[in-house]
Amino acid sequence: MNYHWNWGIFLERIKDGQETYLSWLITGLGWTVSVSLCSWVIAILLGFLIGTLRTAPNRWVARLCTGYVELFRNIPLLVQMFLWFFVVPEFLPRGLSLWVKQEMPAKEFFTATICLGLFTSARIAEQVRAGIQSLSRGQSYAGLAMGLTLPQTYRYVLLPMATRIIFPPLTSEFMNVFKNSSVAFAIGVLELTFQARQMQEDSEQGIETYLAVTLLYFVCAYIANRGMSWIEKRMRVPGYIAAAKKA
Amino acid sequence: MKSRYRLLLCLLAVSLAANPVFAEELTGTLKKVKETGTITMGIRESSYPLSYLDDKQLPIGYHIDVCDKIVRAVKEKLQLTSLKVQQQPVTSQNRIPLVSNGTVDLECGSTTNNEARQRQVSFVVTTFVTNVRMAVKKASGITSLDQLDGKPVATTSGTTSVQLMRAHEIGKKIDFKEVYGKDHADAFLLLETDRAVAFVMDDNLLAGLIVTSKKPADYAIVGQVLNIEPIAVMVRKDDPQFKKLADDTIKEMMKSGELEKLYARWFMSPIPPKNISMNFPMSETLKELIKNPSDAPAEAFNKKK
Repeated sequence: MNYHWNWGIFLERIKDGQETYLSWLITGLGWTVSVSLCSWVIAILLGFLIGTLRTAPNRWVARLCTGYVELFRNIPLLVQMFLWFFVVPEFLPRGLSLWVKQEMPAKEFFTATICLGLFTSARIAEQVRAGIQSLSRGQSYAGLAMGLTLPQTYRYVLLPMATRIIFPPLTSEFMNVFKNSSVAFAIGVLELTFQARQMQEDSEQGIETYLAVTLLYFVCAYIANRGMSWIEKRMRVPGYIAAAKKA
Repeated sequence: MKSRYRLLLCLLAVSLAANPVFAEELTGTLKKVKETGTITMGIRESSYPLSYLDDKQLPIGYHIDVCDKIVRAVKEKLQLTSLKVQQQPVTSQNRIPLVSNGTVDLECGSTTNNEARQRQVSFVVTTFVTNVRMAVKKASGITSLDQLDGKPVATTSGTTSVQLMRAHEIGKKIDFKEVYGKDHADAFLLLETDRAVAFVMDDNLLAGLIVTSKKPADYAIVGQVLNIEPIAVMVRKDDPQFKKLADDTIKEMMKSGELEKLYARWFMSPIPPKNISMNFPMSETLKELIKNPSDAPAEAFNKKK
């Protein structure tokens, strides 16, 4: 293959402007991290809430939450992005719809963050439910028998234990958020994948571009992984689950 | 005896002249085609009307016809009784790697010939010229770049139209908000649904999107030309024998008027799948290039003033 390698391309200026290709990638990385972290916050809050409610004694609440999980879990992420970006604003009143479409600042960012946050929250909710249901029923009986109310039993007994159990899948989910954020390019968020496409078109050094972007995604996901496992270690309760093995 | 010898020499000379194959050693793509009996064309699925799929999913278009002519010339030159033509769909992301790694021999799509690309591949003489301009809704009353101040402007991600606008002398003075579609159809949707007031792109693509839209009469292509881009068939770099054959074939079509006829067929008359005409007259730049064929990159057409 007669490919013209040029690793210096990152420091070169873009064709019709002053900035370098490296600055494009750095801006892209900034948006990738912002979208990922913001949607992670949404995902954790909603995920824990919905997951907990799915195990609630009230059947209708549980069913409603199951519906929520199924809705966001069964539609591909890319389709959800398009639905939020192109379809939802059409149902708003005319004036508001035009405002959302033209004036709203950073509309691509908000749409992508909310979409990715809700998508991930459905997956976290499922893990939280599984975590709570894996605890023996004696745990909640013991909590109630000690005079705790049901919310208190969740807060002080069930959730702390369930969280520790589901930490490994949560770590994967946190890494997924970074990787899934690449879908946001489709609605025009200037994140890493978007900048990579732009850079490959402008510079025609596609292989260098995608190798650099691959590395950046890897680093993001890896840092997420290390961060989560650090928290996991700090939260470990001696004698509980995996802690015993290592000791 | 002597005269017979002379006759033999004569015959040999004639056969050598008639069969240039034996006169020069084959290299590069021609050698590969001769050995394998196969040539691979890179085609686009929706580069209307240069290279796209018809309703039977067969590649058709202006550049497909140009490439067919080149393939016929290859077959003739190599004196092959049969030549298998393979068609490989390509995208704007993979077309250059696929040509340089040998998967595709002849890319018949809508690739702009520019300096950055010439580092990786070569281009046959220019067969089409596009101007980067903007499509707007007629009702908006926009006719010039300076009216875009503070307005959202659409383009396709992975293209460089926004940089061209920023670099333009009027574009420098105004402040517009760019919005991006992931492909041309999506970017047009941004204009259609009022998310953007203008869509900046190659004018032939805009014309194609407009004629196939729901209400073609609502749109117009307006404003200053932001960039002139020569579009050409792409071949591997450092393969002079194949490039010369392709160049000569196209130059011959230009001289004989065949290329203009092809242009009229694809740009000025109804074409599949909808049987609508693009109604896209030949630009002055292309007329000039037919008189004086050239494979110069875009930069040569857009010298900074």
